[in-house]
Amino acid sequence: MFFQEKENFLERRLIESIAHYLLAIAFVSRFYPSPPLLYPPFFLARARRDSPDKHRYRPRKSRSNNPAAKLRKAKLEQLKTIGRELAMGSQGGFYQSKEFLDLVKSIGEARSKAEEDRIVLNEIETLKRRISEPDIPKRKMKEYIIRLVYVEMLGHDASFGYIHAVKMTHDDNLLVKRTGYLAVTLFLNEDHDLIILIVNTIQKDLKSDNYLVVCAALNAVCRLINEETIPAVLPQVVELLGHSKEAVRKKAVMALHRFYQKSPSSVSHLVSNFRKKLCDNDPGVMGATLCPLFDLITIDVNSYKDLVSSFVSILKQVTERRLPKTYDYHQMPAPFIQIKLLKILALLGSGDKQASEIMYTLIGDLFRKCDSSSNIGNAVLYECICCVSCINPNPKLLEAATSVISRFLKSDSHNLKYMGIDALGRLIKTNPEIAEQHQLAVIDCLEDPDDTLKRKTFELLYKMTKSSNVEVIVDRMIDYMISINDNHYKTEIASRCVELAEQFAPSNQWFIQTMNKVFEHAGDLVNIKVAHNLMRLIAEGFGEDNDTADSQLRSSAVESYLRILSEPKLPSVFLQVICWVLGEYGTADGKFSASYITGKLCDVAEAYSNDETVKAYAVTALMKIYAFEIAAGRKVDLLSECQSLIEELLASHSTDLQQRAYELQAVIGLDARAVECIMPPDASCEDIEVDKGLSFLNGYVQESLAKGAQPYIPESERSGALDVSSYGNQEHHGALTHGLRFEAYELPKPVVQSRIPPPSLASSTELVPVPEPLYSRENHQAASVPSVSDTGSSGLKLRLDGVQRKWGAPTYSSASTSTSTSNTTKQKTANGVTQVDAVATSNLSTRDTYNSRKPQVEISPEKQKLAASLFGGTSKTEKRPSSSGHKISKTAYTSKSSNDIASEKTTLVQPPPDLLDLGEPIATSSAPSVVDPFMQLEGLLDPAQVASAMNYSATAAAKGPDIMSLYAETPAGMEGSGNANSLPTDGDDLLSGLSEPTRSVPGGTTATHPVQFSKGPNPKDSLERDALVRQMGVNPSNQNPNLFKDLLG
Amino acid sequence: MIHFVLLVTRQGKVRLTKWYSPYSQKERTKVIRELSGIILTRAPKLCNFVEWRGFKVVYKRYAGLYFCMCINRDDNELEILDIIHHYVEILDRYFGSVCELDLIFNFHKAYYILDEILIAGELQESSKRTVIRLIDVQDTIVEVAKEQASLVGNIIAQATK
Repeated sequence: MFFQEKENFLERRLIESIAHYLLAIAFVSRFYPSPPLLYPPFFLARARRDSPDKHRYRPRKSRSNNPAAKLRKAKLEQLKTIGRELAMGSQGGFYQSKEFLDLVKSIGEARSKAEEDRIVLNEIETLKRRISEPDIPKRKMKEYIIRLVYVEMLGHDASFGYIHAVKMTHDDNLLVKRTGYLAVTLFLNEDHDLIILIVNTIQKDLKSDNYLVVCAALNAVCRLINEETIPAVLPQVVELLGHSKEAVRKKAVMALHRFYQKSPSSVSHLVSNFRKKLCDNDPGVMGATLCPLFDLITIDVNSYKDLVSSFVSILKQVTERRLPKTYDYHQMPAPFIQIKLLKILALLGSGDKQASEIMYTLIGDLFRKCDSSSNIGNAVLYECICCVSCINPNPKLLEAATSVISRFLKSDSHNLKYMGIDALGRLIKTNPEIAEQHQLAVIDCLEDPDDTLKRKTFELLYKMTKSSNVEVIVDRMIDYMISINDNHYKTEIASRCVELAEQFAPSNQWFIQTMNKVFEHAGDLVNIKVAHNLMRLIAEGFGEDNDTADSQLRSSAVESYLRILSEPKLPSVFLQVICWVLGEYGTADGKFSASYITGKLCDVAEAYSNDETVKAYAVTALMKIYAFEIAAGRKVDLLSECQSLIEELLASHSTDLQQRAYELQAVIGLDARAVECIMPPDASCEDIEVDKGLSFLNGYVQESLAKGAQPYIPESERSGALDVSSYGNQEHHGALTHGLRFEAYELPKPVVQSRIPPPSLASSTELVPVPEPLYSRENHQAASVPSVSDTGSSGLKLRLDGVQRKWGAPTYSSASTSTSTSNTTKQKTANGVTQVDAVATSNLSTRDTYNSRKPQVEISPEKQKLAASLFGGTSKTEKRPSSSGHKISKTAYTSKSSNDIASEKTTLVQPPPDLLDLGEPIATSSAPSVVDPFMQLEGLLDPAQVASAMNYSATAAAKGPDIMSLYAETPAGMEGSGNANSLPTDGDDLLSGLSEPTRSVPGGTTATHPVQFSKGPNPKDSLERDALVRQMGVNPSNQNPNLFKDLLG
Repeated sequence: MIHFVLLVTRQGKVRLTKWYSPYSQKERTKVIRELSGIILTRAPKLCNFVEWRGFKVVYKRYAGLYFCMCINRDDNELEILDIIHHYVEILDRYFGSVCELDLIFNFHKAYYILDEILIAGELQESSKRTVIRLIDVQDTIVEVAKEQASLVGNIIAQATK
């Protein structure tokens, strides 16, 4: 009775408050003839919802034009709302109290965030007090917990109540337990300390007879179990895969999937279960199983090739409506399952002709069957396109995909346009000319006010960048970059600009200007490596034999930097570049006096006085300039500001700055000859020869020995237990790498005492076959990536010497790395021998790369004109990306009055110029299709072959002629430039296609290794280099694969 | 994979949040603020997708409420739009012509329903009927428990009288 009374009382209170509410509404409605509907239902009419293509919510204004009817309807809605509120007060289940309803309502009515916060803080205080009271009835507690969830949802801290939620999961009552589980899954992250308290409960609940309890526990498992606690629940979850209720099986599958994501090793032995569950007779379980299978297949395609036909037949059954009708969604048969299956098929069919062929008919059917008027139908179509772009290309499917894309692009819906652009980006690598058909749509999207669409379009442009359109695209990107202030995207677009500029730069001037712009506007966001690259480029120039061009480049850089320095605030990274360049080349061409440059440098150091790195760069630059002055025999007069700067830095807290300042002081005091030795002008890219044997110390050593000092015994010759702590830093390093390779070295034991014999060298290469070609390739391109090559050499040092001599490959260690490590005297000598030719060959290869770049530089004005005529025209129709044919077609049709007609015609009449100019895209499309799958198949068959394929020069040497022969068919002339341009893309395609088969991008470069490809590994380069290397009488590197074979057996 | 689900009103009030990837409370608040700033200001005719911090957020507006889901870059946005719609349809069927008020007062039920549709950031069930059936089963237990509770209450009340 007591309870009922209370409830009645509550209801009465509620009715009272609602009466107030009603009055208030009546009051309000007197002033506002048609009061705004507070909470309109999401779907206004059931009938409308059921029709598939009109499921979108209609805006209120379109509902009815009659104001009276509107009012009536609104009132009705409000009455309904009130009724609902009433009902909720008395609705069972969660016994929400008046307090809670009040809370929700007052928050709902809060006019500002501050007011809301105040209410919530009050509530937190109340809850804190109440929740710690003893003997709270369960349902009261449950409500508190729900209130806590609410508080936390609003972004406040409810951690004081977490423990109560955890306690609640222990309860026997399912309802209470369920609330407890809901609360903990919402409150706790998987790394929370309280998790350990729940594991036990979860274990118990997983064994429960009541499948609802099991479901609740499995929900919690998916959210809360972390890597450490997986073993505690794993056996039970596996057992549940055979549960009689499909809901439990489904959740168990998903839980295992979660475990797999968290720690793949923990469930690696259970993979067969997923295969089994694929045949579950409940479609829900089967659909859920596709999630883990997708992840598994992403990682290891080959072990699942046998499932191709199963997936195909499942998809076929789904499309034939064999699944229960309940899985239909907007009259599509189980579209979500279809999408997942298509994703899996895309993975399985990628680069596998056989597997792809099984899918062709089915995907073709899907293209035909899909209802293109509904959103979900388009979702499936989009997935089909993704699949088609991944699997072995099929002309018919490509055609179908193209037509869908053009429908997407022509659609009024921004969503579809977006998907169309995305799909275009996917298809473009197999089918470059497809973008040209849609260039107008692409340009429209680029100028769309919708930011999302714009960004997507930039992504597409990034993918289709070639030397011919790089200027326009990068300029556009930079303009956009300047206009936004979303740092995350700014970083991304900046790095893309840099990447494209490095890869396709038509001229040095342009490159420097572009980099300046990027640094100026996003300097703090770009990677420091980019700055180093820029410095290196300015120092090395593009062509070795063209000194005038180099000095022109430098003086133009100096000029531009001096101009830029007058701007108020510059990013630190950019300032570093500026200081370095001014120091090296500021006075080189004699245009600017030393005092002018030093004055500027002092200004920089002063203006950015809290940035130590910039100051360090500035001081070193000052030192260089003074050194060059002294070396040139001119009298140096220190500016007063410079003097004060040095004095300030001599007392600096930073030891680095202090040292630099002292060095500067010391250098100024020296005579011309000495200074020239220390600081030779323009020698930043000369290799520093380091005497690793420390032979200049020989005299000193002899002297010491004569005085009775102990002779030095190399580490490898020392016997017995060694005191590790007595080693220097380098020894430590050595010991560390030893530690890493400990297992691998267990076999050859006698090595410890004697010098390492050659056979053991060979065997050690056998153990790490894969990384070597990678490193070799990096250095090959003379893109010395300091960090990468350093780690590479320090890890591989021991083995490289032997390998190098044996193969005669160009080089494994650049000059910079050769100085870095070496432990024993024995190795020193070994290095001494190999290092010489290593350096020599690396120089050769750099020179080579530059030589082959030169032609691009020479034709740049021509290309500039071309790009300008393609993109930079006055009307929209003239702005077309990436087709050299349009220049002609445009001139042919300038007489057309209407732009639209002109554009249509030009696209129609394209074929004639196509034959001439578009030979290039056709060739690029056919070349990968001939080469790629073959290579990948080969890769699948034999790991040794993969290794061989990784060695790019080998690949290029083998494939180069093919590509060249394809090009030979296209007419020569001005198209020659086009071919040359497309070559790098080809080379990249091959490479990236091999190294990451799933997502290779035309233009080749993924953001992760920008430097690796920066110098453009292009087949032509490698051909030339190969020839050069042969001339030099060294074995060409394409013998490496054979060696690998020998080594791998 | 779906990283989180977010329901925000046109005024920026949060109606429901569900996080499938780990975010600290601080990050959550920041994410919500940032995203509602981006999404609520978007004009109606634009894409339902927003690129955000290397992810994509798909949103859809129903009356005054925005349903947002954050997904990976290479996921299918149109599919996510339909997952949102799927959820709303189930809510609609469960509450009967659902409106925001239902979600305000019964947000825990909205959570339960969401738990039956999504798990660990993946769609686990695409059949509306199955989801509704499961929720109904759970609700009947609630009803039974309620009756029992009142029964027990009566007994106690009578005993103490």
